[in-house]
Amino acid sequence: MSARDWLLDESPNSRMQANAGRFYRMGLALLRNPLAVLGALIILLLIATAVFAPWIAPESPVGQMLDRRLLPPSSANWMGTDELGRDIFSRVVYGARITLMIVALVAIIAAPLGLIIGAVAGYFGGWVDKLLMGFTDIFLSMPKLILALAFVAALGPGIENAIIAIAITAWPAYARIARAETITFRSSEFISAVKLVGASDARIIGLHVVPLCMSSMIVRVTLDMAGIILTAAGLGFLGLGAQPPLPEWGAMISRGRVFILDQWWVATMPGFAIILVSLGFCFLGDGLRDVLDPKQAGKS
Amino acid sequence: MPIDFRSRDGILRFFRVLTGFVLTIALTFLGLLAITFFIGRVVPIDPVLAVVGDRATQEQYDAMKIAMGLDRPLILQFVSYVGDVVQGDLGRSVSTNRLVAEDLARVFPATLEMATIGIIIGVGLGVPMGVTAAAHQGSWLDQGIRVLALLGYSVPAFWLGLVGLALFYASLGWVSGPGRVDIFYDGVVDPVTGLLLVDSILAGDWEVFRNALSHLVLPAAILGFFSLAYIARMTRSFMLDQLGQEYITTARVKGVSEWRVIWVHAFAPIRVPLITVIGLSYAGLLEGSVMIETVFSWPGIGNYLTVALLNADMNAVLGATLIIGAVFIGINKTSDVLYRVLDPRST
Amino acid sequence: MTPLLEIENLRVSFPTTQGRIEVVKGVSFTLGRERLGIVGESGSGKSMTGRAILRLIRSPGEVTAERMMFDGTDLLSRSERAMRPLRGARMSMIMQDPKFSLNPVMTVGAQIAEAVRAHESVPRRALANRVREMLEAVRINDPDRVARMYPHEVSGGMGQRVMIAMMLIPRPDLLIADEPTSALDVSVQAQVLDLIDELIVNNGMGLLLISHDLNLVARYCDRILVMNSGEVVESCDAADLHAATHPYTRGLLAAIPRIDETRDVLPVLDRSAWSGT
Repeated sequence: MSARDWLLDESPNSRMQANAGRFYRMGLALLRNPLAVLGALIILLLIATAVFAPWIAPESPVGQMLDRRLLPPSSANWMGTDELGRDIFSRVVYGARITLMIVALVAIIAAPLGLIIGAVAGYFGGWVDKLLMGFTDIFLSMPKLILALAFVAALGPGIENAIIAIAITAWPAYARIARAETITFRSSEFISAVKLVGASDARIIGLHVVPLCMSSMIVRVTLDMAGIILTAAGLGFLGLGAQPPLPEWGAMISRGRVFILDQWWVATMPGFAIILVSLGFCFLGDGLRDVLDPKQAGKS
Repeated sequence: MPIDFRSRDGILRFFRVLTGFVLTIALTFLGLLAITFFIGRVVPIDPVLAVVGDRATQEQYDAMKIAMGLDRPLILQFVSYVGDVVQGDLGRSVSTNRLVAEDLARVFPATLEMATIGIIIGVGLGVPMGVTAAAHQGSWLDQGIRVLALLGYSVPAFWLGLVGLALFYASLGWVSGPGRVDIFYDGVVDPVTGLLLVDSILAGDWEVFRNALSHLVLPAAILGFFSLAYIARMTRSFMLDQLGQEYITTARVKGVSEWRVIWVHAFAPIRVPLITVIGLSYAGLLEGSVMIETVFSWPGIGNYLTVALLNADMNAVLGATLIIGAVFIGINKTSDVLYRVLDPRST
Repeated sequence: MTPLLEIENLRVSFPTTQGRIEVVKGVSFTLGRERLGIVGESGSGKSMTGRAILRLIRSPGEVTAERMMFDGTDLLSRSERAMRPLRGARMSMIMQDPKFSLNPVMTVGAQIAEAVRAHESVPRRALANRVREMLEAVRINDPDRVARMYPHEVSGGMGQRVMIAMMLIPRPDLLIADEPTSALDVSVQAQVLDLIDELIVNNGMGLLLISHDLNLVARYCDRILVMNSGEVVESCDAADLHAATHPYTRGLLAAIPRIDETRDVLPVLDRSAWSGT
C-alpha cells in the first residue's frame, strides 16, 4: 500500500490517518487552484524573507550613508536609497519581519478571543448569547479603521498599541462566525452524547465545539490578513504605528511622501511589497474558502 | 412578503419594522458613545492637569477636578457625556480653538462631496463589471475582473493616492494637485451647501467648477476604485447565485435574449441586496477618506481627524470618530431596513 | 410527412475529476404530432435528454448527436443566437417546480407577456388581451388579478398553470414537460395534466412528457420510452406497456403498489438482470 493509498483510504483505521487524509485531500484541491498556489508561494516568500532577512538584505536596514542620499534604483541599490542614504531594498526585506509579526500577533489575539466569545454565546444560547452578541454587534457596526485610530490616539503611538488597536477591531467578525458555526451543531447527537458521558461545558467547548469552528475561522482570518496589513501600514503612514527608524513599510511610504514628485522610488517601493503580500493572502484565502467552505465558494 | 401599504396589516408591519430599527440604532449609538467615552478616559493625559497646569497646588487640582465633574462615579460622568453629545456639545478643539461641532459641520461637506463622487464611480463601473464577470464565469474576462477586485483589497489607499499624484498631476499634468481648489479660487463662491461643485453651479461660476472638478477627480476616482472592488465582487457572487436558478432556464426556454436574461431576469432580484452592498460601501468610503484626504490635503473630516490625532487633540479626535461612526452606523442600518422593506420575497 | 423531431444517437456528457461522464448515452427516437413519454428513475438521463433538445445544456456540459432535426431544420448546427427564435415560439418546456422556475420579482402577467414579446411585437392592449385569454384557457378565474400577482402569492397548482400559460402562449409546435406535476399536491396533479393534454390535443402539438411515474405516462401518452442510466431500454406503445419485455421495465412495473392487493414486501429492482449498472 503506497503512502497515497493510505492517505486516500475511504475507511481510515485511526484518527491520525483520517486527519492526514483530510489534509492531503485539501492540499490536492488547493494545488488545482493556480491563484491559491501563487498566494501560498507569496506567503512562503514573506516568511522566508523574514527569517533569513540578515542573509538576504545586502545592507543594514538602519545604516545611514549620507553621501548617497536619494539615489535612483541601480544595480548596487535595487530599489534606490532613501533620504538618509539607506538601501531601500534592505529596509523592505527587514520590513517583512515587522509585517509578519503584526499579522501573526493580531491573529493570535483576535481569533481566539472571537472564537471563545462566539462559541460560548452559541453553545449556551439564551441571555448569555443575547448579551455577548449584542456587544459583538455594536463593535461590528463601528468603522474599523476609525476605531483603531481612536484607540491608538488614546493609547499613544507605537507598534504594540497599533497591534492591540487592530486586534480590538478585528475580533467581532470571528465571534459572529464561531457563533453561527456552533449553533449549527449545538443540538446535534454527538454533543448530547458527550454531555451524557459527563463532560463539563468547558471541556465540550474546548475539545468539541472549537475544533469544528476552526476551518471557517482559518478561511476568515486568511481573508482578513490583507485588511490587517493595510490598516497597520495606514497607521504607520499616519505616524501612529511603527516609529522610525523601524523599517515598517507604511512608515517608509510616509517618509517618502515628501519626495514623491522627484524621487518616486522612496515611497513607491515599499508599496509594492504591501500589495504583493496582501494579494498573496487574498489569493490563498479565496482558494482556502473554495476548499474548506464549499457552500461559500465563489462568493464575496 | 413585501410591505403592502394598501392593507392595515402591511402598515402595522411597517411600524413594527420601524420600531425595531429605531431601537437597534439607538442601542448601537449608545455603544458608540460608550466606546468614545471609554477611549476618552483611558488617555494617559490627565485632563485636570491639562487645564490647571503642573504647578497647581493640590487644592487647586481638587477644586478643578470637582468643577469638571471628574470626581463623580463613572456612570454619572457617562450620562452627562451622553447629554452633552445629544445637545451637540463635543467640547472645544485645542488646536483650532473652536467648538468641535462647528469644525465638523464646516469640514463634513468636503468629505461628503468626495465620497459621493467616489460611490457614483464605484457603482457605475463595479456593477457592470460584476455582472459581466458572472455572465462569463471562468473566462479571462472574469479572471481579470477578479484580480482587479482583489487589488482593491490589497493596495494601500494612501500609496495609490501618492502614486496617482506623481503620475497624473506631476508627470502628466492631467489633474490638479492636492487641495480642494486652487488658492486663487478659494472663497470665490458663497458656501451655500458646502459642496463646492454644487455651490459653483449655483453661482454660475464655471471656472471654479472646472477647477474644483480637476481637484476632485483623482481622489474621488481612487476612492471609487476601492468601492468598485467590493461592489464588483459582491455583484458577481449575487449574479452567480441567480444565474444558477431555475427561472433563468425558464427565461431561456422562452427564447428571451441573453442580454435580457442577464440584465432583467438575473439582475432584477439582486437589486435589493445590492442596495445594502452599496450602502455599506458608501459608509466604507467615509472611512477610507481618512487616508485619501491626508494624502490629498483635502479639507474634510478625515484630514481633520488625522491632524487632531497628531496634535493629541482628544476632543476633536473623539468628535470626529463619533460623527464618522454615527454616519457609518446610520447608513448601515438604513440599508438593512431598506432591504427588508423592499425585498418582494420573504423577510 | 416528416416527423416533428428526429433524434439519433444523442449523447450528453459532463466533466468530472475522473474524466468526462456520459449521462445520456446514444438516445434515438422520433416524435410526430403525438404524445411521447420518457420514463426512468432519477439520474436515468431523461431530463438531460429534454434539455439537450432545447440546447439548454451549458458549458462545460457537452451535447453530440448524429442527427437532431426539428421540423426539417438542423438543431445541432444552430448558433445560440439562431436557437432563440425556435425556443418558446416553436418548442417550449414546462419546468418542474413553479416555486423555483418563475422569476420571484416579476409579476405573473409580465412573465407570460414576455414569452410573446420575445418573438413578435404586439401592441400593449392586444398583448394584455392575449395574456388574459391564455390565463382563462388554463382555467384561472380572475385573470386580471392573477396577472398582477407575484409568484410567491400564487399556490403551486396555480403557479404550474401560469407556467403552462407562459409556455403555450406563443403557440409552439412541440412541448416538453419535465416532471410537470411532481412538485404539486396529488389533488391538483390530475387537473394540471388534463389541462396540458387538452391543450396539446386541441392545438395539434407534439408532447414529450418526462416523468418517473409509469402509470401517469401510460395514461397520458401514445408511446413510451423507458430510460435507464442514459440509455433507452424499452420503446413501446402505451397500450402495450404491460407486455414490456425488458427486465428493467418489468422490474419497474412490478414495483408499483396496487390498491387491490396486499403485499408484505415490495420487490426491489434486481439490477443484475440486465447489462446496466
